[in-house]
Amino acid sequence: MSHAFRLSFTVNGEPAEVLVDSSKTLLEVLREDLNLTGTKHGCELGECGACAILVNGEPVLSCLALAVEATDSHVTTIEGIGQGGQLHPLQDAFADLGGAQCGYCTPGIILTAKALLDRTPDASADQIKEALSGNLCRCTGYLQIIESVQKAAEEMRLRPDLQVRGTET
Amino acid sequence: MGVIGRPRRRTDGRAKVTGQTKFADDIMLPRTVHCRLLRSPHPHAKIISIDTSRAAAHPGVLLVLTGKEFPIPYGVLPVSHDEHALCNDKVRHVGDPVAAVIARTETIAGDAIKLIDVVYEPLKTIATPEESLATAEPRIHEYGDDGNIHKAVAMQFGDVDAAIAGADHVFDDIFFFEGNTHLPLEQHATVALKDPEGKLLVYSSTQTPHYLHRALAKTLSIPAAHIRVIATPNGGGFGGKSDPFNHEIVVAKAALMLDRPVKIALNREEVFYCHRGRHPVQMRFRAGVNNDGTFTGLDLQTLLDGGAYGSYGVASTFYTGALQTVTYEIPTYRFRGCRVFTNKPACGPKRGHGTPQARFGQEVQIDKIAEKLNLDPADMRLKIVAPPNSLTANFMKIGTIGLAECVRKVVERSDWKNKHRKLPYGHGVGIACSSYLSGAGLPINWNDLPHSGVQLKLDRSGGVTAFCGATEIGQGSDDVLVACVAEVLGLETYDIRAVTGDTDLTPVDLGSYSSRVTLMMGNAAIQAAERARELLAEGVSAKLNIPKDRLVFADKRVFDSQDPNNGCTFQEAIVFAEAKFGTLGTTGSYTPPRPPAKYKGGGVGPTPTYSYTAAIVEVEVDPETGWLTVPKVWIGHDIGRALNPTLVRGQVEGSVYMGLGEALMEESAFRRLPARLSNALVHKFPSILEYKSPTSLDMPEIFTDLIEHPDPAGPFGAKEVGQGPLLPIMPAICNAVYDAVSVRVDEIPCTPEKILKALQDKAAGKPARHGPKSFPDIKWPETLHVTPPWEGGDGRASNEPERKKRTAEAGIEVKAGITIARDNA
Amino acid sequence: MMRLPAFTYRAPRTVGDAVLWLAESPTDTMLVAGGTDLLPNMKRRQQTPKTVIGLKGIAELTGIRASGHLSIGAGTTLTALVNSADVRSRCLGLWQSAAQIATPHLRNMGTLGGNLCLDTRCTYYDQTEEWREAIGYCMKKDGTTCWVATSSKRCLAVSSTDTAPMLLALGATVTLVSAKGTREVAVADLYNNDGMQYLTRRADELLTSIDIPDQTGWASTYWKLRRRGSFDFPVGAAAIALKRDAGGRVELARVVLGAVASQPMPSPKAEAILVGQVLSDDVIAAAAEAAYDVAKPMDNTDFELVWRKKMVRTLVTNALRELRGDDMRAVRMSLAKQVL
Ligand SMILES: Cc1cc2nc3c(=O)[nH]c(=O)nc-3n(C[C@H](O)[C@H](O)[C@H](O)COP(=O)(O)OP(=O)(O)OC[C@H]3O[C@@H](n4cnc5c(N)ncnc54)[C@H](O)[C@@H]3O)c2cc1C
Ligand code: SF4
Ligand code: FES
Ligand code: FES
Repeated sequence: MSHAFRLSFTVNGEPAEVLVDSSKTLLEVLREDLNLTGTKHGCELGECGACAILVNGEPVLSCLALAVEATDSHVTTIEGIGQGGQLHPLQDAFADLGGAQCGYCTPGIILTAKALLDRTPDASADQIKEALSGNLCRCTGYLQIIESVQKAAEEMRLRPDLQVRGTET
Repeated sequence: MGVIGRPRRRTDGRAKVTGQTKFADDIMLPRTVHCRLLRSPHPHAKIISIDTSRAAAHPGVLLVLTGKEFPIPYGVLPVSHDEHALCNDKVRHVGDPVAAVIARTETIAGDAIKLIDVVYEPLKTIATPEESLATAEPRIHEYGDDGNIHKAVAMQFGDVDAAIAGADHVFDDIFFFEGNTHLPLEQHATVALKDPEGKLLVYSSTQTPHYLHRALAKTLSIPAAHIRVIATPNGGGFGGKSDPFNHEIVVAKAALMLDRPVKIALNREEVFYCHRGRHPVQMRFRAGVNNDGTFTGLDLQTLLDGGAYGSYGVASTFYTGALQTVTYEIPTYRFRGCRVFTNKPACGPKRGHGTPQARFGQEVQIDKIAEKLNLDPADMRLKIVAPPNSLTANFMKIGTIGLAECVRKVVERSDWKNKHRKLPYGHGVGIACSSYLSGAGLPINWNDLPHSGVQLKLDRSGGVTAFCGATEIGQGSDDVLVACVAEVLGLETYDIRAVTGDTDLTPVDLGSYSSRVTLMMGNAAIQAAERARELLAEGVSAKLNIPKDRLVFADKRVFDSQDPNNGCTFQEAIVFAEAKFGTLGTTGSYTPPRPPAKYKGGGVGPTPTYSYTAAIVEVEVDPETGWLTVPKVWIGHDIGRALNPTLVRGQVEGSVYMGLGEALMEESAFRRLPARLSNALVHKFPSILEYKSPTSLDMPEIFTDLIEHPDPAGPFGAKEVGQGPLLPIMPAICNAVYDAVSVRVDEIPCTPEKILKALQDKAAGKPARHGPKSFPDIKWPETLHVTPPWEGGDGRASNEPERKKRTAEAGIEVKAGITIARDNA
Repeated sequence: MMRLPAFTYRAPRTVGDAVLWLAESPTDTMLVAGGTDLLPNMKRRQQTPKTVIGLKGIAELTGIRASGHLSIGAGTTLTALVNSADVRSRCLGLWQSAAQIATPHLRNMGTLGGNLCLDTRCTYYDQTEEWREAIGYCMKKDGTTCWVATSSKRCLAVSSTDTAPMLLALGATVTLVSAKGTREVAVADLYNNDGMQYLTRRADELLTSIDIPDQTGWASTYWKLRRRGSFDFPVGAAAIALKRDAGGRVELARVVLGAVASQPMPSPKAEAILVGQVLSDDVIAAAAEAAYDVAKPMDNTDFELVWRKKMVRTLVTNALRELRGDDMRAVRMSLAKQVL
């Protein structure tokens, strides 16, 4: 029935090639074949947002993405957004301001926020809430998450070089 | 002071934002094989036979296990060792595991469990506490107080009947709090293997590695010293990962048999079956109150729907009655609580453990009292706040209490005086308060050992490592550990490495539950660090000829307070001390003071110090539909001292979040199909989508105030914050709904349907209330009589039955038929 | 981890190939667009196609073309729909319905075609195989009884698509292509009131595009009921489009309810009440009452069914008041938790 195929795509800026089964999701391939366990999962049914990654710069749920359909795409995971040995401003802000408690929702949220700020550097609090409304967090109550995104946005506006870096498109 | 009190990046912050934190399912070891559990489709049934031959023959299957391999029962409380890793003779709820398959891949294991043939003989099912009380047979368990009653307790402090009868007013109110669950975003996972020496090593998403350690030793009959449990950071716990779980024991056994790493990663539905969530509780509050709002007495009855296993349930039962008196002055008090078994996943400790339900009832009743007596509910509370440094009627020892200040703060910031009973129809504000423990005063496994231990290693490189069994579940316990040590030694948190939650490497800490870690581990850490500072001071003093008592530890240096230039680096200090004393290491430990309550059951409720919270919630209710929104929450929390204000605020806001979820939408609902067609009794929606949990768009504005009056019992004065701030949210919302549209919803969750029903009843001239109408009749055991302190009581009951044994939870009775865990620590 | 069952995956580049391959074995082949409905269903073993045909690689299925009418490729993502100025300015109701679907991530993945073909939902059905075994399955999959109404001869699962009621109200048509030919079907005729056979689409047909006639003179709005500000499927909805004369008198009206039956439910009575009238409070109340009568919510979604039915009245009232020009922003915010 199902068959293995060779998936070649770009992950965090580097080419990757893996032999995977056609029934695999991107979530499984990233975690289990490429050992990129920074991508989390809380339901595997599209109901929590923990598995969010960027495909061609857009936040999608890796648990509902067929790996085979990622062929030739550019995938960004939490492991791939730091640049030149530095954390991404979002990462710094989340670590500093309580944006991550248990840290389980964090990779998906940071990536989703990154896509937002890449497109809308001056996103308002309401826009941030809207953009993150597909990422459940059971720990924080979201407020410190939103503050972290705002802080990072400020940081990124001061350092425009960071706005586009790390975006895989 | 350098570290304490400063908003800081948490020590594990970087790992979490880079995805480097290794949660249990992130552990990928070579040769790993995968486990799936076959779970019961029946709510209650005898297992007649299990045939595993087809599964065992399935290609890729390495091992099939059944209950036969797990004859020894376990459970978190020594009085309720009523679980088997795989069901032995019967299943007690849909989802109870009956067999396990270990296979090359998770998919193969999943396919193979379907090849196991189990013959069941269905038994009568029990879905509700009422059914449980009415059904003595069949018993879900062969132990417990009577029939399907797991535990019934009754205790009285002073002549409460006379006191209530003599009051100006008597209030008699009934409430219901529906069950709900933790829903940690991380699903439980465990990896077990034989380490290179051949010993068992278990990584698990557990809040309580120590209890898992004990359960593994018992059920696998291996000396605990030959088992290593590593608690991986939890992707949220909230109490849901505090029991030892069947899947953990199963993969441990399988790893030993196969000598390969065995992994199990539960799916979301299975997490709902692990449950241990909030008990559904029915409550009846009878209160005697004088015209000025003071209580003469309170008579409380609670009925808890325990689900299919004991879990922490005996403690949960006591907790429903333990904290009423530590919030408000209640001179006479009677508490009767009963927990029953039902054929649903076991309830247990969720954030607030047993106290939010009764807190809800009490705070809503106070709102009703204030209205009847024409008092402002905030003022009334201020009037009856329990006094500091006092003993309550039930012998709970109160230390500092910042509740009045919390109330005043939220009243002021919310502009309460201009809002309450003054907002236009459809808008309202409500207030509620709460208190919570900073760690249970008594251990689960009764012994005289410390509740928390910290070890420090000081290396001549200048490095300091702090070891502690506490578990990082997101609350920031690693950060508290390093912060306490850093503060004492004059270092930054980055200078200290935390090694936590590893039974081989770290001294025992009882676990991340009961809001105990900051206080207990913090105190132990301070002790260890002070001892280290003493050694270093001696070394420096001898070497540099500075009197010891003049030495200051700050800015990573040790120097003379009278001549700050005269000193050395922290690393040099270690070298001096190591040269003098040899290899440096210190320990610290913490044991809470012995509580004054000596009566049976008095072991649940005491703590080194209580935290206090007050919250005001603003709501909008659409009278046409009952639609309820919460735009704003003001919350004041008596934290004693905020060690890292960023994290403290996160705990407060996270508690408000979870409280809102419980108040508005979360519920563990079950479905029973028509009896003539089916025996089914299932969780209605074991999914993240249908178990509703607020999103970023559902959150109100939250205004948090931390009230800081250092408490002498806490590390640098700190109290708990992880649970207390959740408690006032649910009652404050129902009180605000009343303020908005003058109907009472005496039930949680407070949904638009219920509000609308109450509004319609009101319009039809019926009582303007939605909620339970009666409290079931329960045959209570003989009431323990304890004379309150002010009447000369000594903390003992006058009619205390003789204790059979000193066991868990200070004097919970040992029942026949249950294996008792001896404390072998 | 929930994983997919095994299947054969095929990725055509053209509609022609897609329908040819679909014709090979239509009963055990399924199409996947965004996968946000099909893949969860497959993981729960509600749907277990042997072959899955992926539509992502078919360029001709995407895009929004605006001339007099609006033509939207079935493979257009919901995000693309929401970001389209043409959609927002010409049919606000469609924009509102799409903007309230699921979550931003799911809208990035999910397509309009997939949304129209979305499986009907039921809390007895959207469960894992193990859970469904525990209730002895149900009529829609592997069983015989409908647990929602045990005497029911048909499945009562709920039409839960947000865009279908709105597209119906907008008078949209869809194009269905098969190896045998092409046909245009009004959205109104795309559905059956049957939880199992909810689509009139044949198994060998591919939905290629959605066409919305010129909306000049029309105004539309969509009001959705769900518990939270995101994630949740509708459990009640009002999709209304009105054509009015200069004096505000209703010339044509379409009132369609979502998520209260196994198909989007028009209320011809409500429409009749509106036509020829200006939107007075009385007219609005009468129309809302008529719509209320049509709603047949069952106990298989979030919220209680009696309350859900009552909410239909509110949703229709709110929608009509908004079309009348009342300032409904605060009410909207309180229900939708987002600016629409
Ligand atoms: C957590 C969650 C919340 C959701 N909330 C909502 C919501 O609020 N409102 C809502 O409407 N939906 C919701 N959805 C469902 C879904 O995301 C959307 O309906 C989406 O638009 C489906 O599109 P898709 O492309 O992903 O569909 P797919 O899953 O790819 O397909 C869905 C169905 O349509 C068929 N199909 C797809 N494309 C075609 C075509 N071109 N021709 C013929 N058949 C086709 C497929 O075979 C399948 O049966 C939710 C889903 C999840 C997981
Ligand atoms: S409506 Fe009835 S038949 Fe249809 S899915 Fe639900 S229970 Fe099954
Ligand atoms: S894992 Fe929950 S949405 Fe993907
Ligand atoms: S930080 Fe724990 S789920 Fe968000």
